[in-house]
Amino acid sequence: MTYLLFAVLPVDPAALTCGKNCKPDIIAANRIRLGYDKPILEQYWLFLRGIFVGRDYGIGQSAFSCPAPSLGYSFSQHQCVTSLIAKTFPVTAFLSIGAFILWMFIGISTGVSAALHKGKWQDRLANGFTAIGVSLPTFYVGLLVLFSVVIWLGILPFPHYESPLNDIGSFLTAMILPWITLALISAASYTRLTRNGMLEAMNEDFVRLGVAKGLARKVILRKYILRSALVPIVTIAGLDFAGLLGGAIITESVFSLPGMGRLSIRAVVESDLPVLVGTTMVAAVFIVLANVVVDILYGVLDPRVRVR
Amino acid sequence: MMSAIPLLSVRHLSVSFNTPDGIVHAVTDVSFDVAMGETLGIVGESGSGKSVTAGSVMKLNNSVTAVTSGQIFINGIDILSATEDVARGIRGKDIAMVFQDPLSALNPYYTVGDQIGEAYVVHHPQSNKHEVRALVLEMLQRVGIPNPEKRIDEYPHQFSGGMRQRIVIAIALINNPAVLIADEPTTALDVTVQAQILDLMMELQVTNNMAIILITHDLGVIAEVAQKVLVMYGGRVVEQTDVDALFSIPTHPYSWGLLGSVKSIENNHNGLLRTIPGSPPSLISMPKGCAFHPRCEFASMMGSQCEREVPSLHLVDSTKSLSACHLPDGQLVSIGERWRENE
Repeated sequence: MTYLLFAVLPVDPAALTCGKNCKPDIIAANRIRLGYDKPILEQYWLFLRGIFVGRDYGIGQSAFSCPAPSLGYSFSQHQCVTSLIAKTFPVTAFLSIGAFILWMFIGISTGVSAALHKGKWQDRLANGFTAIGVSLPTFYVGLLVLFSVVIWLGILPFPHYESPLNDIGSFLTAMILPWITLALISAASYTRLTRNGMLEAMNEDFVRLGVAKGLARKVILRKYILRSALVPIVTIAGLDFAGLLGGAIITESVFSLPGMGRLSIRAVVESDLPVLVGTTMVAAVFIVLANVVVDILYGVLDPRVRVR
Repeated sequence: MMSAIPLLSVRHLSVSFNTPDGIVHAVTDVSFDVAMGETLGIVGESGSGKSVTAGSVMKLNNSVTAVTSGQIFINGIDILSATEDVARGIRGKDIAMVFQDPLSALNPYYTVGDQIGEAYVVHHPQSNKHEVRALVLEMLQRVGIPNPEKRIDEYPHQFSGGMRQRIVIAIALINNPAVLIADEPTTALDVTVQAQILDLMMELQVTNNMAIILITHDLGVIAEVAQKVLVMYGGRVVEQTDVDALFSIPTHPYSWGLLGSVKSIENNHNGLLRTIPGSPPSLISMPKGCAFHPRCEFASMMGSQCEREVPSLHLVDSTKSLSACHLPDGQLVSIGERWRENE
């Protein structure tokens, strides 16, 4: 599907390979070198083949190759798409994992506290947080966090990404703000989900039976109430996380993190189609994987969907 | 009326709920005793306060919105004034409960074995796994679950409604409670299964010498299993008596209506079922005076008294029943007798 972009968009990929003052013969040569002279179906076949066996471009002196799994060659960055993704993916992964842990923690704990103190100030606070979190756009929260912490308070330096292997300190200082931003935005819906799921569960007969057994509040909360609120949370968490892995475009842009989101944005701006196809495919793979994982978790969490 | 030393004694229980629409007087001034081995039936239409009464006995009502007054003594302890810790120690151990809908009463995420065992372990923290499992297997056998060795590790959704109710009963009875509260235990079940479940409960009652509070709107069930009965209307007790007395000489117009609306072989008005006109009152805007007067065909006999005064529960000497009606006792008894003959 994504590959059809090549056929549909009114851009000549070969024309993008060199700058403004490009001679037509160079464009033509590049077109042949990158394989864009071939019919679309054959291009697609070469692309698919490249994923499994790698791909060689050109002949003779100007020949180069992208080893498997090759997702194509970026003509604006003059690199194999796979290596571009390999370079940017860890940043996105670190960002996603950190934010995910943080938001699940914030979301579930505020949700639990809201449900346990329904109608009291904890609940109102959580409701306010939810309303704000759901309605504020990411770039706004991101900029707000960036301005308040870095510029007004001056607590942290402007984020500059370093690999955690090189410098764990600056890695953390660069990551903490984007983590908080993403967590604040996403936690809101988990707060609501947890709160509503728990309140719903509290009215269940089986929770009443738990109380009637003489179980302690803590046990009922954990084994009866939270347990049944957890199933929908897991579903959405899996998909949200996978979506993030495909690139947190806005957050990465605001905090200038060299992740997959920024790679995609740049590819869009420069009409760098191979990169776009590559990042889209990676994102798609994560979403499919997440769906599988969520389905498996479903079976673990809820015996009713288990296959006997 | 007193047959033995009461095991459970409810005194002047009133429960109201604060809701956004106003205060709901769910239960007003209810008193009763239950002795060992005895079955008390509580009958009434939906919203008459039956279930709230039962919930109070276990202190199960939502503590945030419910306002409860009165006393409920179990083995001499007033559970209403007891701390939550004390109440928790009593729940499930001295009093257990069977709920109306077995399909929703079990936790879908744990095996039935876990859930039955849990009820035991919480009151016997010293017990070991093997001992508990053996006990759970024995309970499954006692409540008539075939093939317990296999079914102990299955989940609630793998059981039918009747089987799940048996499991709920196993949970209730694993600690040999002195009192069992059964809140419409057969309403959600097939007719054929209903009889099995009732038989099972009665059988286990005999072996444990347990008191049962049976909440139902099925007078047939009451006639079959209960010794004493409480007829509730609009959150109040309108008639409190022995089952035999209720079925021979009922002494409250609402009881007449209830008994008249039961279909039975003798009770056949040319194939038509008699009904009580109107519907139960809203507990928020209860009628003034006797809650039943708008639906009572005898209210006009007392002038405007029924609209002004709430009738108090008093002893009707000749039947030894307690009745809350403004009609003079003589008239209550004679209408009750006539009612019997007419049926």
